[in-house]
Amino acid sequence: MNTETTTGESEQPIRVLLAKPTHDVHDRGVRLVARRFRDYGFEVVFTNFLLAHEIVDTAIEEDVDVIGVSISAGGQIPIFEDLFAGLKEHDLEDITVIGGGVIPYDDEETLKAMGVKAIFGPGTSAEEARDMIERELNNEAEA
Amino acid sequence: MRKRTRGADYYRQHLLAGERVALARAITAVENDSADARAVFKVINGQVGRAHVIGFTGAPGAGKSSLVNSFTHEMRKRNNSVGVIAVDPSSPFTGGAILGDRIRMSDHGGDDGVFVRSLASRGHLGGLSRATARVVDIMDAAGKDVIIVETVGTGQSEVEIMEIAQTVVVVCAPGLGDEIQAVKAGILEIANILVVNKFDLPHAERTARHLKDAVELGPQRDWPVPIMNTIATDGEGIAELADMMDRHYQSIDQSERENAAVRRMRKLVATAAARQLNAWLDRPGADALDALCEAVLRGEMEMEEAGAKALDLAANRSGGADRP
Ligand SMILES: Nc1nc2c(ncn2[C@@H]2O[C@H](COP(=O)(O)OP(=O)(O)OP(=O)(O)O)[C@@H](O)[C@H]2O)c(=O)[nH]1
Ligand SMILES: [Mg+2]
Repeated sequence: MNTETTTGESEQPIRVLLAKPTHDVHDRGVRLVARRFRDYGFEVVFTNFLLAHEIVDTAIEEDVDVIGVSISAGGQIPIFEDLFAGLKEHDLEDITVIGGGVIPYDDEETLKAMGVKAIFGPGTSAEEARDMIERELNNEAEA
Repeated sequence: MRKRTRGADYYRQHLLAGERVALARAITAVENDSADARAVFKVINGQVGRAHVIGFTGAPGAGKSSLVNSFTHEMRKRNNSVGVIAVDPSSPFTGGAILGDRIRMSDHGGDDGVFVRSLASRGHLGGLSRATARVVDIMDAAGKDVIIVETVGTGQSEVEIMEIAQTVVVVCAPGLGDEIQAVKAGILEIANILVVNKFDLPHAERTARHLKDAVELGPQRDWPVPIMNTIATDGEGIAELADMMDRHYQSIDQSERENAAVRRMRKLVATAAARQLNAWLDRPGADALDALCEAVLRGEMEMEEAGAKALDLAANRSGGADRP
């Protein structure tokens, strides 16, 4: 099992929140990613959301290291805007935020400029996401 | 860096005030046994024992999370703050987990009076995780009036919830063959309240009747186990369930209520001792233990006797090889 931890102390599985909009029925992709992440030894909190502040609230309560938001029905820019505002308000900017689902290419740059660390669209593998997450969290632990 | 050490002063100031971020961090510290865990224990010491702790257990898909959701709603109407702990299994192969109970508990977004935390069982058997009892204490110290624990829900008798919760609700649903399974698995014995959820489905009445028969055939108890009918998804029967919880809580001996925290701690200490004992006995090069095992295999000693001798070995920390 994965013993890489953020402090290098006792064993601390990486906790990831995977959130998809409640009205988004195309959640097969997210479910698949959740399974893969579990296989990598992550603890994956799976949830629906209506509003960005619900993602923030959940991230706080679950004390996650990573938030993954899946969006396939559009509206990504305002959701991520609200999400980052909420994280900032609670001093939680050290949480790694990633995106997934179907996000138009043009929006990718905008989202990355906002602080989204990576976007995993169709065709990208969960493995890439894992490597990116582990790299990101290790950097943080050393910083 | 995220998981930095914060120290007792931080928790005294923020956790005891019930602040969400501090509560979440305290839980993580204790779950991971990190440097802050002791600070958290120190701070909550003496602040525990007020909450009514309620366990929900039962077969997969019986509707535990949905019930917790609607029950939480009812508790909020009655002006109780609520902490929810939802335990899901960790994969024994990878250690990872999918914590999905929240999907059915999303009615409480934006309500500061509700705090939901998902825990992975992390290899602990018995329906909970090793830290669950302490997480209950932390929520208690943070001022939650009602603390609800949803067990992993294998449908087996997850007896540990009895040690932690004052009121244990066993959730059944029609069509799962639950009533017979439940009797076989000994799950009825741990129930203070039985719920037949999904009462909108066919055969619900029959399930309730079977359960009633099973309960009546069981041992007589001071608290006769009631059977409640609910439809978690539209809130039916939930107010009645809440009333029954109250009645059960009132029926518990006052001294027993006050001793709950000590009882939980005793269980934890016993578990810690058992874990260490196991590790010590099972360490490589434990010649004396090997000798005991061989004696049992040769038929020269009974298992129980060998077990007692192994305990003696551990008590004297003898038996070859180094100390742990
Ligand atoms: N018809 C009907 N369906 C219900 C009722 N309560 C829950 N369900 C449905 O039953 C399914 C399982 O519900 P959950 O609340 O997730 O059950 P659970 O016992 O927590 O499941 P696990 O945590 O996976 O063991 C969901 O699809 C719910 O919508 C009910 O009263 N009636
Ligand atoms: Mg559940």
